Amino acid sequence: MCKLLLYSFTIYLHSLAERLESKRNYNYTKYHPMEEIYKWMEDVERGNPELVSSSVYGLTFEERNITLLKLGLENPEGREKKAIWMDCGIHAREWIAPAFCQWFVKEILQSYKTNEKLTEMLQNLDMYVTPVVNVDGYMFTWTNESNRLWRKSRSLPPSDCGCRGVDLNRNFNANWGTVGVSYNCCDNTYCGTSPVSEPEAKAVTDFVGSRLNQILCFLTIHSSGQLILLPYGHPEISAPNYDELVAVGKEAAAEMKKVHGMDYTVGTSPQVLYKNSGSSRDWARLVGIPFSYTFELRDKGEFGHLLPEDQIQPACEEAYAGALSIITFVHDKAFNNVTTVPNAAVTTVTGITTVTGVAITIWSTIMAFSLTTGVLM
Amino acid sequence: MNLTILIVMAVLTGVLGSPYVTDTDVTPGSDSAGMSAHPNSVPEAADGTEVFHEEGVVEEEGVEEDVMATGELNPSHYPAQRAANVVKHYLNTRYGSPYRWVGLHKVHSANAEEVAESGRKYHLEISVQEMTGNTTEKCSAEVLFPALENQRSPQVQASCEALLTANTTAQEEALYQQYRRNHTLLSGHNLPDSYGHIDPDMKPLWHLGGVASSFVMLKESTENTLYNMAQVANVTQLETENDQLRFNYHVLLHDMVSQEIIHWKLLVTWSPAEGVKVLQMEELPKCEHCEVPPKPN
Repeated sequence: MCKLLLYSFTIYLHSLAERLESKRNYNYTKYHPMEEIYKWMEDVERGNPELVSSSVYGLTFEERNITLLKLGLENPEGREKKAIWMDCGIHAREWIAPAFCQWFVKEILQSYKTNEKLTEMLQNLDMYVTPVVNVDGYMFTWTNESNRLWRKSRSLPPSDCGCRGVDLNRNFNANWGTVGVSYNCCDNTYCGTSPVSEPEAKAVTDFVGSRLNQILCFLTIHSSGQLILLPYGHPEISAPNYDELVAVGKEAAAEMKKVHGMDYTVGTSPQVLYKNSGSSRDWARLVGIPFSYTFELRDKGEFGHLLPEDQIQPACEEAYAGALSIITFVHDKAFNNVTTVPNAAVTTVTGITTVTGVAITIWSTIMAFSLTTGVLM
Repeated sequence: MNLTILIVMAVLTGVLGSPYVTDTDVTPGSDSAGMSAHPNSVPEAADGTEVFHEEGVVEEEGVEEDVMATGELNPSHYPAQRAANVVKHYLNTRYGSPYRWVGLHKVHSANAEEVAESGRKYHLEISVQEMTGNTTEKCSAEVLFPALENQRSPQVQASCEALLTANTTAQEEALYQQYRRNHTLLSGHNLPDSYGHIDPDMKPLWHLGGVASSFVMLKESTENTLYNMAQVANVTQLETENDQLRFNYHVLLHDMVSQEIIHWKLLVTWSPAEGVKVLQMEELPKCEHCEVPPKPN
């Protein structure tokens, strides 16, 4: 009996040592292959059960797990919690993005206990973080130096075309197949055979789609270009809260610049990059998540997607500042009734002359009128 | 009457999205059925897809012609940025070397005008920086993107205030002599490698690859492209001829707009006296049995 107890205790100590070691030894300033990221997620969950739980919410084309980590604390008053969504690695070659998702989790883990604001936020909202959405594509970029710049998923093509893979960020159900896409399966912006035809896009759509009332903001992390993109990718469609999206985005960019002096440009994709359709960011805004942004991390073309490992830390530090700025804003807006945004006039919609803009203006006016005169209630 | 207003607002909220996060009244989730049935959120077209399909018709290589603005341009928007990127490539072809690789720092101002029967001309005030150093310099430039019926390459004029004065002569001479004296010809591959790493010894050859690539990128640029060199896949030194160091380069270029990686083979010469020249350039097909796609007309 004593021997058994001693034996069990030894095993416990050993696993404790392993847990501590893996936490201490995981190098957040290096790029990790998928097997190591899967193991890291297990270790993080096991080592922080009060804060972290994992969830497999879909399977890739090649039937690998699409896994997220849910970060959150129990609400002391048992109130219903809200949530924020962050995903990384929709595009396989953008290695700094999964590196950032891991960095983000690490930052939260290492600072929440001594950071009152962070503790408060984690009690009020859950953070769903997917380090790698496009697992098949990401693994493919690790197989061979010549595959390093693969972008798409790895699904098999339709019968009339000969190349694998769909651009997952053109596959979401948001103006799908209209602008900024290719219908040629060999191209890097191939949008797929139909909206959400790809299991990876479907997994995100189903998970987020079933929690729309909860989710306050949707952040999707990419590289490169140093941009903060707001919806929509179509040049003639504007989000109804465009002004607020810009103001919150600019605040995030300002916070990011404070860290290492890097400029991040804020705007819609058609303004500062190119028009596109079927992006996850657009879909999230379209189904009603009020704050939806694409982060394009470092750099501006010198290394592009091949960002050196010695830039992982500074890139992640500034991205963390930006993401936290947005998360803090949406949290405070939902929980502390703070609705003023620096330099934003939330109800004005300027410079839009399309019918859409007129409709929005009319509708905003009706809403404002009915709310002030109490017509609704 | 109240009910009618409520229904109208609910429908509009469903189509256009709620501007406020509230826990009461219209909640986004309750309208998702309506929205998923009509993914195109533009209310004015009976069949939204049709309207945009026409505008967004994509040619085989995914090149779409935007309607480009004229007059004063927002310097952080893509038309000015793409034109400035062309200036960067031009400066590299004129002044680049293994120790001088020019990058774009910032666009200060830009405007564009239609030039009858020629194309569109951009006037730009930009700052460039040498990626090999830390200084930035201001430049004024003009870029003429030819009308499609004409030749394809843009024409650039640029003058920079104190162009690229970092004195690289000593380093260039030293490198030139070192490469000439080599008994074994140099070669390298994957610059940078998958982890973004480049051996310090290989950096000059990486810069040279970037400068040589600018010759191609300058030639290939349009208002619908944004090129950068993604990687030197391979570089091999050839025998020196006429005092020019010679290299075969296989480079990967990235076009931000199409997101494609395009392979080019270059025959490059360099000496401090003559600068960088590209004697031959050849685009390689995307895959083994593919052909290089014809350029759009």
